[in-house]
Amino acid sequence: MSIDLKTVKHISKLARISIDDEKANKLKGDLNNIFEFIEKLNELNTDNVQALTSIAETTLRFRKDEIKSENIREKILKNSPEENKDFFVVPKVVE
Amino acid sequence: MSDITSQSLFELTSNIKEKKLSSEEITKAFINRAEKSKKLNVYVTENFEKAIDQSKKFDSNPNLDFKLPGIPIAVKDLFCTNGVRTTAGSKILNNFVPTYESTVTQNLWSQGAILLGKLNCDEFAMGSSNETSFFGNVQNPVRENLVPGGSSGGSSAAVAANLTPVTIGTDTGGSIRQPASFTGTVGLKPTYGSCSRYGIVAFASSLDQAGPMTKNVKDCSMLLEVISSFDRKDSTSIDYKRNNYSKELSKDIKGKKIGIPKEYRVDNMPIEIEQLWKNGIAYAKDCGAEIIDISLPHTNYALPTYYIVAPAEASSNLARYDGVKYGFRSPGQNLIEMYEKTRSEGFGDEVKRRIMIGTYVLSSGYYDAYYLKAQKVRQLIKKDFDDAFSKVDAILTPSTPSSAFKIGEKTNDPVSMYLNDIFTVPINLAGLPGISIPAGKDKNNYPLGLQVIGKPFDEQNILNISYALEDKINFKNDISDWWLSE
Repeated sequence: MSIDLKTVKHISKLARISIDDEKANKLKGDLNNIFEFIEKLNELNTDNVQALTSIAETTLRFRKDEIKSENIREKILKNSPEENKDFFVVPKVVE
Repeated sequence: MSDITSQSLFELTSNIKEKKLSSEEITKAFINRAEKSKKLNVYVTENFEKAIDQSKKFDSNPNLDFKLPGIPIAVKDLFCTNGVRTTAGSKILNNFVPTYESTVTQNLWSQGAILLGKLNCDEFAMGSSNETSFFGNVQNPVRENLVPGGSSGGSSAAVAANLTPVTIGTDTGGSIRQPASFTGTVGLKPTYGSCSRYGIVAFASSLDQAGPMTKNVKDCSMLLEVISSFDRKDSTSIDYKRNNYSKELSKDIKGKKIGIPKEYRVDNMPIEIEQLWKNGIAYAKDCGAEIIDISLPHTNYALPTYYIVAPAEASSNLARYDGVKYGFRSPGQNLIEMYEKTRSEGFGDEVKRRIMIGTYVLSSGYYDAYYLKAQKVRQLIKKDFDDAFSKVDAILTPSTPSSAFKIGEKTNDPVSMYLNDIFTVPINLAGLPGISIPAGKDKNNYPLGLQVIGKPFDEQNILNISYALEDKINFKNDISDWWLSE
């Protein structure tokens, strides 16, 4: 199986990473090399194998749903790229 | 007394407890050496002024019951440190200053340690040579223009160059053990669930573990004892009784059954590594261990499995870097354009490559063929180890298929770079503990490591085996301080 330029552009759209044609061509080569290597898994028959979804053999713990931190608005907004003391600012989304 | 910076953690701790050295003396010694060691490029962010203040504060009222009393420590820049910039080696987090502390680093400070600074690493821990860092590559102190391994390359170089007594790294597919092997140092990846992942910049959550990187096995046991803890803030942290690893450290490994997996004898492996492995086996026998040939039949499928599972998890984890709430932002005409430009300019090539692989294998129509398939093969790999551990107590292998390579040698060929992790990746996939100890040198005099793999939660056993082997191997790192400037 090989990944074409159109697929590379489609994935980049899904991943929200803009790429130009030169980069896309380079990536196409890299991805095909990597997938050629990955295809080795097809040698194995895994029809009767249960997928491993968690390596830690524990069940998730329950906890009470309660507020533990207070007044952390300032902390949360501290690293915001565009400064505003109350909100995160993004380009306009509603016309 | 030997030069302060060349002392082990055990020696420094003893010297503080016996009041032969102060925290300030030790802290300043490491800082002075760091000022002359810029050429190695190990630091992304220095915390020197604050560290000196804290060392003075420690000395004014020293608590000698601490396990790391007044000991200055630099850590990999993947651990969030409250008030100190944390970049993960990426442009996208270039200006990020956490308002909280990772559990593992908090455990260090709670035992009296002092933060020296943040150490360089591959971007988001994705790399095996520290060359993907936005902050430039790190030099291996062993020889100029040699990579220090990765992704914890700044960490391995800093320990080998005596710029920190010990450090902590993270290991997703070999990122502690491979750089330890490349620099003649000791690195341990604990069992999945042993050390909390809270506050560590996430790469692949089902594989990531923090662990100690040190000059010797004893220091490694001391540091593991501090960083391993149950933590409610990490849903996969496991609540079990941890050993007092340093207290229980013993060279008595008589009667231990050590497995030698035939599948780790790969094509084109340098003769020195084959020899190193044979020597390790002979030393283990000398110590009274029983050597047993074993088979891990799916070893060859571990890397392809890893290169589906890790990028898939990474693509999901890294979706959070969108320029909205923190980190780098590139302006756009609309929200989507802002996302796309931010991520395009903020991530480096290797990270983008892995996000693309991950997005592809999780995308509609390909999920079953790739991601589900990989999860099934991961089960087979885990079963290989389960079967092996019904016969043996530990497994001995080389740490890496080669010694350190030249800077730039493998950057254009992702697959050849990935092959570096062939012996370390299976251990992450199976969630097991593994340690790399320096065991010899190749024809260029570059260090080589041996890996000891254990059953889940059996860190004590692999530490003990390593401790016994270390004594027999008697490795001496040959580092000339070539990088020092006045």
